Amino acid sequence: MLYMDYAATSPLYEEVIQTIAEVMRTHYGNPSSIHRLGVEAEKLVQTAKGVIATAIGVSANEIICTSGGTESNNLAIKGVAYGYQHRGKHLITTQVEHASVKEVFAQLAQEGFRVTYLPVSSTGRVQLEDLRAAICEDTTLVSIMYVNNEMGAIQPIQEIGQLLMAYPKIIFHVDAIQGIVKLPLQPKAWGIDLCSASAHKFRGPKGAGFLYRRAGINLQPLLAGGGQEYGVRSGTENVPLIVGMAKALRMSMDNQMDKMAHSYRLRQRLVSGIAAMPELVVTGAHQDHEAAPHIVHFIFAGMKAEVVVHALEQKGVYISTRSACTSGESEPSEVMLALGASREMAMSGLRVSFSADHQEQEIEQFISALQNVVRDLAPLRNQPVVRKEKRV
Amino acid sequence: MKPDCLILRFGEMMLKGKNRKKFEHSVMIQIRMVFSSFPDVRYIPEFGRVYVVLGDTDYVLAAKALERVFGLASWSPAYHADMELAAIQRAALGIMEALPKRPATFKVTARRVNKQFPHDSQEINHLVGGYVLQAMPGLQVDVRSPEVELRVEIREDRVLLYCDVIEGIGGFPSGTSGKALLMLSGGIDSPVAGWMAMRKGLTLEAIHFHSYPYTSERAKEKVISLAHQLAGYTDVLKLHLVSFTDVQTSIHQAYKDDLLVTLIRRAMYRIAERIAEREGLGALVTGESLGQVASQTLPSLHAIGQVVSLPLLQPLMMMDKQEIIGVAEKIGTFPISILPYEDCCSLFLPPSPSTNPNLRLVEKLEESMEFLQALIDKAVLETETIEIVHGQLKQESIAHLF
Repeated sequence: MLYMDYAATSPLYEEVIQTIAEVMRTHYGNPSSIHRLGVEAEKLVQTAKGVIATAIGVSANEIICTSGGTESNNLAIKGVAYGYQHRGKHLITTQVEHASVKEVFAQLAQEGFRVTYLPVSSTGRVQLEDLRAAICEDTTLVSIMYVNNEMGAIQPIQEIGQLLMAYPKIIFHVDAIQGIVKLPLQPKAWGIDLCSASAHKFRGPKGAGFLYRRAGINLQPLLAGGGQEYGVRSGTENVPLIVGMAKALRMSMDNQMDKMAHSYRLRQRLVSGIAAMPELVVTGAHQDHEAAPHIVHFIFAGMKAEVVVHALEQKGVYISTRSACTSGESEPSEVMLALGASREMAMSGLRVSFSADHQEQEIEQFISALQNVVRDLAPLRNQPVVRKEKRV
Repeated sequence: MKPDCLILRFGEMMLKGKNRKKFEHSVMIQIRMVFSSFPDVRYIPEFGRVYVVLGDTDYVLAAKALERVFGLASWSPAYHADMELAAIQRAALGIMEALPKRPATFKVTARRVNKQFPHDSQEINHLVGGYVLQAMPGLQVDVRSPEVELRVEIREDRVLLYCDVIEGIGGFPSGTSGKALLMLSGGIDSPVAGWMAMRKGLTLEAIHFHSYPYTSERAKEKVISLAHQLAGYTDVLKLHLVSFTDVQTSIHQAYKDDLLVTLIRRAMYRIAERIAEREGLGALVTGESLGQVASQTLPSLHAIGQVVSLPLLQPLMMMDKQEIIGVAEKIGTFPISILPYEDCCSLFLPPSPSTNPNLRLVEKLEESMEFLQALIDKAVLETETIEIVHGQLKQESIAHLF
């Protein structure tokens, strides 16, 4: 089996599984209890936050543990929109956000907030001039993802943070769910106020994530209750998964730069292997600084993406059509449409995603499996696309 | 422009005559300790100062680390230039242009150690100053009180330029003044007293009194975190945890009136002194501040301090609460201190503790408490000692989970 759908989710480190099991078995106290078992559990949570904070260069009390990326994004965006609505009701995001951001803004728009959706270039990047032009007197929030979950495009987060430093009243949220670990991330230095992450994208457990909240930012809580997590996220802490998340993050971050370089080498090999097949087109950015190291997106024109996924699956190879969270629908990819792709192209996007733990030979294995699938499927392609090309 | 070198200057200890060598050695140990996570730094010691070449080390982190070096009078971020005039001029201009706020006046002060360099210091002042003036219109030279003094040091093998002189935390190098025992509660004051004692070169151990089940496990954890924070300045700190329940409850059973606090604190001081003597520590350090609470009036201080013969060092005595809080914030103990868990001092408080305890009466009360001596002996005997290593707050029992 060759699993290459790491952007959807990733297998847990064995050590993380052991840690979670041990915490479940031994440290079952409620962190809010005043007795020893409670104190131990609380200490585990605190230590975990310390580990997470160290990994991204922030303070432990700036980490809010959540149930995952979706909750982190919801908490960040709604927390700011509601918490700062006395300042204004204008929000800025992009056209290519993940559903857990996009749908939140759709909800807020229905409630009377004004939302500006920034366009992206053909490589998927937001332009700073567009952002600058979109900022109004009453803008309270800018929310921009670090790495696009579908195409792997890297947004110029550092430059955006720099630009926003001139607007101290605007809060900057970054959905770093696909970017953390894979790329450098320094919320403090880059002027990021809120930053979402999800454990299962870096070989931790599902059901755990965190939100970095810069000290001084007030979020209106989504959940009312016992006042855990500084009152921002009530509910008994999920101690085993929080500890597991911290360990997975720590392990993933070891030798981060070496891993990044290795991933980029794998990516290059993958891109050139795909590009060598005339039926396929690699999409998005081609330069390393614009494309995440672990995602390759390509199009098999005239072929429904789903078919390719299943054909590869028969050979024991697992990849995705765009993002796992939306790929159940047979609608064209909105991200690809935003990048200027045709409707047909946007129906045939495929995503390969891997980790730094993969090796060259696995990439070779993938390419040869893909070659076979493409050879088998090429004669069955839809003709309209081919005709269209002829007309050009 | 990122500085590539730090010039560190030693302070008060330079007055120490024959001990200077020893002091410099101690401060170097401290500097190496705070920089131990930066493998790239190189040290060039000189009389009264040391040059730290940063290499690939992050300047901001290095600057932050210097907040933990006692005996550091001042320091400067500095820039290297090649041993030729044009390079010096370019570096000088770069530094001036990178200043956060553009000054109206400046001067150049050159010092030439390397006499091979073709220009003497007067000429360098003119040549470098003139070059900067030409490139930055509006800037003027003021040799008497310039806003910025740009120093150029032509050393034997390198040229250094700098203009900032930043105050260090001062004091004496770690461990050059002997050893003392800090009475550490969970409050705001005692960790600050501890830090100030450390800054004066004392090696500290700490003692904390807990009263299970009247105080919680969390109160103890809080003290451990405070001790850990202090250990950041020395790497290691020994913490003696005294189970004070029996002493406290027995006194309380025998006497409940307005001298209770005095009696309890006398018992604490006695235990602390015994531990200090056992561990070979030459003084007690406490966080008392004059007039702050009933036990910190002059008569109370007298009645309580009576029971020990070791020097009582109380650095906060004349400080205002706001000043103390300011230091607590600077050394990072404040957010820990304000956690809500009670320590044993706030237990069994009489409704109105005496601000003017009668020493005779106190002594008489103690005489009537025949159990006291035995309980104090027992508390000393059963004291638990833990060693707190900075950066290892994680308990061994859970460390493997991370």
